[in-house]
This record gives sequence, structure tokens and C-alpha cells, in this order.
Amino acid sequence: MKNKKIDKQLIKNIAIIVVVYAVVAGLLYGGFLTRQFRSLLVPVCINVILAVSLNLTTGFLGELTLGHAGFMSVGAYTGALITMNLNLPLVVEFPIALIAGGLMASLFGVIIGVPVLRLHGDYLAIVTLAFGEIIKSLINAMSVTNGAMGLSGIELHANYKHFTFVFILTILTIFAIKNMVNSRQGRAVCSIRDNYIAAEAVGIPVSKFKVMAFVVAAFFAGIAGVIYGHNVGTLKPTTFDYNKSIEILVIVVLGGMGSIKGSIIAAVILTILPEVLRGADEFRMLLYAIVLIAMMIFNSSQLKERILANDIVAKFTKVKKEA
Amino acid sequence: MKKMKKIVALGLAATLTVASITGCGNKSGADANTFVIGGIGPLTGDAASYGISVKQGAEIAVKEINDAGGVKVGDKSIKLELKFEDDQAAPDKAVTAYNSLMDNGMNALLGCVTTGSCLSVVDLAKEDGILMITPSGSAADITKNDNVFRLCFTDPLQGETMAAHMITDLGYKKVAVIYKNSDEYSTGVYEAFAAKVEELGGTITTAEAFADGEDFNTQLTSIKGTDAEAIFAPIYYTDAAHIVTQAADLSITLPFFGSDGWDGILDTVTDKSTAEGATFLSPFFSGDPTAADFVAKYQEEYDATPDQFAADGYDVVYVFKAALEKAASTDSEALISSMTQISVDGLTGTGISFTAAGEPQKGAKFLTIKDGAYAAAE
Amino acid sequence: MGILQNILEQVINGLRSGSIYALIALGYTMVYGIAKMINFAHGDIIMVGAYALYVGITLLHLPIVAAVLFSIAVCTILGVVIERVAYKPLRSAPPLAVLITAIGVSFLLQSLSLLIFGATPIPQASIVTFEGIKIGGVSISGITIVTLIVTTICMIVLTWFIHKTKMGSAMRAVSEDKGAAELMGIDVNKTISLTFAIGSALAAIAGILYVCQYQSLRPTLGAMPGIKAFVAAVLGGIGSVPGAMLGGVILGLIESLSKAYISTELSDAIVFGILVLVLLVKPSGLLGKIRKEKV
Repeated sequence: MKNKKIDKQLIKNIAIIVVVYAVVAGLLYGGFLTRQFRSLLVPVCINVILAVSLNLTTGFLGELTLGHAGFMSVGAYTGALITMNLNLPLVVEFPIALIAGGLMASLFGVIIGVPVLRLHGDYLAIVTLAFGEIIKSLINAMSVTNGAMGLSGIELHANYKHFTFVFILTILTIFAIKNMVNSRQGRAVCSIRDNYIAAEAVGIPVSKFKVMAFVVAAFFAGIAGVIYGHNVGTLKPTTFDYNKSIEILVIVVLGGMGSIKGSIIAAVILTILPEVLRGADEFRMLLYAIVLIAMMIFNSSQLKERILANDIVAKFTKVKKEA
Repeated sequence: MKKMKKIVALGLAATLTVASITGCGNKSGADANTFVIGGIGPLTGDAASYGISVKQGAEIAVKEINDAGGVKVGDKSIKLELKFEDDQAAPDKAVTAYNSLMDNGMNALLGCVTTGSCLSVVDLAKEDGILMITPSGSAADITKNDNVFRLCFTDPLQGETMAAHMITDLGYKKVAVIYKNSDEYSTGVYEAFAAKVEELGGTITTAEAFADGEDFNTQLTSIKGTDAEAIFAPIYYTDAAHIVTQAADLSITLPFFGSDGWDGILDTVTDKSTAEGATFLSPFFSGDPTAADFVAKYQEEYDATPDQFAADGYDVVYVFKAALEKAASTDSEALISSMTQISVDGLTGTGISFTAAGEPQKGAKFLTIKDGAYAAAE
Repeated sequence: MGILQNILEQVINGLRSGSIYALIALGYTMVYGIAKMINFAHGDIIMVGAYALYVGITLLHLPIVAAVLFSIAVCTILGVVIERVAYKPLRSAPPLAVLITAIGVSFLLQSLSLLIFGATPIPQASIVTFEGIKIGGVSISGITIVTLIVTTICMIVLTWFIHKTKMGSAMRAVSEDKGAAELMGIDVNKTISLTFAIGSALAAIAGILYVCQYQSLRPTLGAMPGIKAFVAAVLGGIGSVPGAMLGGVILGLIESLSKAYISTELSDAIVFGILVLVLLVKPSGLLGKIRKEKV
């Protein structure tokens, strides 16, 4: 009975993925998309990967992280340097870049994992912020990364023309993290969040799982970084400051901590929203700020529960249809 | 039945969304009598002042040209239209801004304002084959494609010119440097400067970097501890204003030398005497009599004194006008090939012309601050 | 003599920026101690304080003392209003939701000031006209002396307020145990508002000192000192008032000395590296209380 239910869920998910892909790819390759939205496809995927991976540490492990952009920059620079120096065909060098970028970022995840064992809460948050800023300063001071001038002329292996590939990577990331969360390890991670003393008492190796969550999250952030570099074509250290980390955190929190579906939806909305607001000109950032505050207050107010309870949304759509 | 309604509603919503993202039916812009100039620069965030200046300068030029009847292209006259998009000085946002402008029928690109953004859109502009002129992107790589031109000097050129001026013309032997290591413009000028100083037999006593912020006391105190005879600061006027103010507080009396980013410093310092004697390279200064008309218009419109960025934005629009007139067509290819044949008298130089490599040819002026005002250096 | 003099001057530089960090860090730490939230918008209150001073002096032509009071009043009211409108509805929400709201408020304040005052930096002359002094070849500027005196006074008054007054006791009680404090008849809402008011007033003073030092205004001026002060608050042990003062001063000194004698390029990395090291040795910061967690 239980197995059957899971299968049903899986089939439903696959159906959704296929439909989303078919619609987007149809619009893209059929030439129906505006160029603005075409250039948003890959950033949406990047933000989905970043948000889902950050959700692993922030949502499931329950540790506030403010240095996710640091991992992303490590992956981005590693990947870009590889494809710039290898000069192999795309199908060979880009997967190498992706894996190497991910691994390099997870190496940094291990380094950050050490303080993770001793700290938590706001102290850990500030340490991850510090790590992100240290990585940024180092990249700025190193010659291999070309310092403040940054890298340019990175081959565009991941721009909208390669949307199918980026989409598959995104789906793989979501599945990998979803599976991990639903596995034995994932339940262990959640138990650490809910009560780590109890988790420890029943024999869960808390340290191991904490570091593991950080390493996995860093790996996927690294991959997102590689895609970022090969989508934009240029990299500079200041892109990956704590504001970028906060941007990802906002997506995770808005989507709901520990909800992968929420992260995906929020990533799509928050990537597109500032672009849709372009028409508002100088009021754009102001509107964005107001929407952000309003959504947070709405999220935790009774109004939301009442709406969910009364199914006002359904009534609303009904009215709209008749109109 | 209820389910049906839901599905219909969903379908309706989806159609609406699709219509909005595919832009069915609102292919705007391509009116034959308007030439759409797209602009990209930071209008919000830390670098906002540069983007806003370029935008406002360009707006004045567009208004002037349109009020005078537009641009004569061949036998008809067309109007210019400026659409300026914010990129927050971030390369990825510049790419979406660029594509959004293309959706809105951009014919030529004025931008980007910052170097990183320029680098991320040059290849896109090449693909579309449109003419791109950056008012202020100074890294050498930007003009690698033949459809890209720039109005400002390159970083290496500035660094070398200043080194030659300080070491050879003025005879300084020991120079201290403050530069912004998180900024590609500042680092680029500094590196070329350092190489040239060494080549000319001078020494750099100390090169002090800063990443962000307003506090330069540490760097200045360090410089005070060396035997430097002059300070070179290849930075923007916003930072330069802090540096000269704090240097005065620390009773540092060494002469300052700057890059073209120093223009505008007199309006940013509270005590003009702190900047006294500073010399910098500049294509434009607001006290120039030829700029008086522009400065007055700018002040009336925006209640501010235009800086170098505003002048750059203004000039680029006139470069577009000259190219349009020369090509007698709005076709991008014709515009690009006419770029090397035009000569424009602008605010940032008279008889500005462009090489096929995309670099401007215009004289560099050394400005010095004398009695609290800009003056041409002897 | 030359080197010694140089070191002394660098130490004074560090003390000056450190004492401004300390003032800002106090706001972070007090709000954290009582409302258990990181008020990310705190840095932008500094910016509002700085602009308010500019409005008072240059636009309204107020006398200096009135302009300073005006700036403090604006920030105090703003702090209370922000708390009431944006944070109070979220009092029972998870801490992260409040954090994101605070980030939203920070964006809001920055874009508002961008819309009102524009992006071009506005010059504002220092209100400290007092000349610097020179002791044995070491020159100390007037603003440095004023900054050190003002921050010392603020800290003494604040310490007195928290430990010797009734309202101070209420604040300590709320930070210790909100529920118990309420049972004892303490008005928790009023106490939280008071904390925001004091924190914002301190931020206004920091903003004024900041303008006097750097003499120019831009919408993002609060971001960098805000984040540095946050680091200082954590370094000293977030929630601890003496910790914030100590953390601020130490951060200023490390920053100044590492820039001067190690590397200007890597000074940020060094500052953050030391923070990480301190927290590894003492996980709750220098003066933070270690709370034993129980099941």
C-alpha cells in the first residue's frame, strides 16, 4: 500500500517535470519567448539549485547559513578556469568543470564543517558569513583568478541554448536532495534540527551528519556557480558577497524552511519578480522591499490560515473566470 | 463540475502568463521614424551615482536633438528615444537588461557604464550585430569585438600617461599609491602605472589598497611613514573626497595625483582647500566655458552639477547622431562602419574620432585644483 | 621615534573607528538580547541619522545642537515605528522570518533615501570645528577626540541606565525570561519598544559621528559599518553590553593594525579569520554567557 502511494507521487512528479519542460522548451525553441525571459531561464535554474541546496543546511539541518555565495564562487572560478584552460570539446570539458567545481566547493564545505561542530545558531551564521567574505577577499587577492579584474571570455556552455542540459542538472539536484532528505541520513539530519541532544542520545553521529549536510550543500552550490560562470561569461569577486548569500536565504525562507517545493516556487518567483518590475523604474527596489516585508508578515499572520481554510483562492479564481 | 472550473481557471491564468512572457502583440519600438538607444548602467545600489549621471546626461542630449528636429538620416529626419535599464553593476543583471532592451526594439546600445557589465554583454551585442558604445567601461578587453567603441580612455593608457607626467615631467622619484582593489578600473590603472614608473626609474614606496568603506586613515598613516614625495590615487571622486579630507586631518601635505575619476571632487568635499593642488587627468570639467550650456541645462533639470559620467553619456548620444548622419541609414552595419569616419566636438574633447580598434582619439587634459576651482595644469 | 609614532597613530585610528563600531554594536546586542532577533536594518538607521543631520543643518538651518537632537529624535521614532509595524506582527514567527523582514526593511530604507536624496554623494561639513592636538609628534584630529569622548559618555550612561534604573531592570528581566517578566507585571511590549528606541538613538549618534568623520552622505553608507558592527557584537558575545563595547574596540584595532602592518588587501580576511578563531576557542564570544542547553 505504502509503496503504491510513493509510486503515485513519483509518477505525478515526473509528469509535472515533463509538462514544465515541454512548455518551456516549446516556447524557447519555438522562438515564442521574449529575449528578456529567455535570458532568465538559466538564472531561474541556478537559483533553484542554490535554494534547494541551501535548504538542506538551513531548512533541514536548521543552521542559519550566510555564506552560500562563497561556495558558489569557489565552484564558479574552478569551473571557469578549467574550461578556459582545457580547450576540449564541450561534452568533455563542461562535465569535468561541473564535477571539479562541485568537488572544490565541497572541500571548502569540509573546512567550514569544522566550526560547525562547535557552534550553532547566530554564532554559526556569522562564521559562515565570515567564511564567505574570506573567500571573496582571497579571490580578490589571488593572481590565478585575475584579482579584482575578474575572469572574462568564459565560454558560454550553459546559456539558454543549453537550457535542456541545465534543466536536467536542476532536476537531478532536486531529486538528489529530495532523496537524501527522505533517506535514513535525511531523517537523522532532521532529528538533529529538532533536538540534537535527543538525537545524540539515541546514537546518531551528530557531527558526521552536520558536516555531511554542509558538504552536500556546498557541492551543489559549486555546481550552480559553474553554471553561473558559463551563462554570464564573466566573473568578478564582488558578485559573490554576503548580499548574494542573503538573496538565496530570502528565497529559502520565503518558500518555507524545509520545503523543497516551496524553495523551487520561491526561486522562480523571486528571480522573475525584479525583472517584471523593470517598468517601475526607480521604484523597483522599493516595491521589491515592500513585497518582501508584506509577504513575510502575511506568511505568519492568521490571514493566511483563514484563506487556506476557506479556500478563498478557489472562490477568487471562480470570480475571475466569470468576469 | 467544480474541478472543471478550476481547470478552466488555471488554463486561463496560464494563457495570461504565457501572453505576458512571450510578448505576443506588443512588439514595440520598431517605428521607422524613431531610433531607440538602449542604455545599461547601475541606477540602484552602490554604484548608482555613475549610472544615474550617464542616464541624465544622455537624456539631455536626446532632448536637445529631438527639440532641434531630430537626426537627419538620408532624406528623412528621425527622432531618438532613450530606454535606460538598471543593472545594479552586476554582470548577470546586465545580460537580462540587455535582452529586455532588445525586446523593446533597441537599435544601438549606450553602455554599459561599468566594466564588468560591459564584458558580459559584448558578445551578445556582437551576435546581434548592433553598434555598442560604452561611455565609461575602461578595461582593454571590452573593445575586442569590432562593433564596440568606447568614449573614455583605457585603464593602461591613463596609468602610463600619469606615470610619465609625474616622473618625467615633474621629476618625482618616490610615489605612494592608494587604489581600490575591489574595483577593476582602479586596479587596472594602478598596475599600468606601477609598471611605467618602474620603467622610468621611479619607485613606489608603498601601494595601499582598500576594498570598501570610507576610512582611509590607516592607509594614509602608513603613507605618512614613508618618504614618498607624492600620492597617486586612481579612484573615483567619491573615495578621493574622503582621502583628501582625511589626509588634511592627518596633516599630510604631499601633492595628490589622480585619474579621470577625480572629476567632481570639488562638489563632494566640504572644504575645497583640502583638494588644493591635486592634479588629475580629465576629459571634462564642469567649469569649462564650452560646457556652460550643458551645465546650466543639467542643473535646471536635475538640480545637480554634472560630472564626467554625465558628460560621457551626453557625448555618446552625439556620437550616435554623427554616426547616423554619416551612414545615412539606421542599419547597424552601416553605422558601425561609419564610426571610424566621424569626428565629434563634444564635452569630453573636440574632434573626437575613433580607431577601428574601438578606441577614442582625443586629447587628455591635465587639470589641477587651484584656489578652490578647476584649472588647466601648466 | 618615527616607527613608534606611526604605531601610536595607527592605534588611535583603530580606537576611533572601533568606538563607532562599538556604538552601533550596542544597538545590535541590546535588540538581540531582548527580542532575540538580528536587526539587519540597524545599519541603515545610521544612514537615516546621517541624512537627518544633513536635513537639520543644511535644509532647515537649525542650530547645531537642535540638528543633533532632531537627528536623534528622527531615528528614535523610526526605530520604534519599524518595530511596531514590521517586527511586532512576527513576534511568534520563527527567528528567520524576522531576519528576512529586517533585510526587507533595510532595502526599504535604502531605496527610500535613494529616491529622496539621489545617488550622488552629498557633502556635509563636520559639525566639529575643534582643531586637533599634537602630543609628542602624534597628531590627533578634533573629531577623533570628540568621538572617543562621546562614545565613552554613551557607554557610561547606558551601563548606568541598565543597572541602576527601574526600566533598565525591566530590560534585563525581559532578556532573561520574557514569560516570567510578564508574570512579574513588566510590560514586555513597552520594554521592547524602549530597547529599539535606545538602540536607534545610539545609531543616530554613530551616524552623526560618521558624517563628521567622513563628511559625505550616500544611501548605502550604513551597510558596511552595519555589518562590521554586527561582527563586533558577535565577537564580544551577542546579548552582552560590555561585550559589544569590547568587540567594537577590538575589531577597530585589528582592522587598523592589520591594514597597516600586514596587508591592506587581506585585512578583511584577517578580521574575519580572527573572528572565526575566537569563536572556535570561545563559542559564545568573548563576554557572552554560555547557556547550557537542556533537553
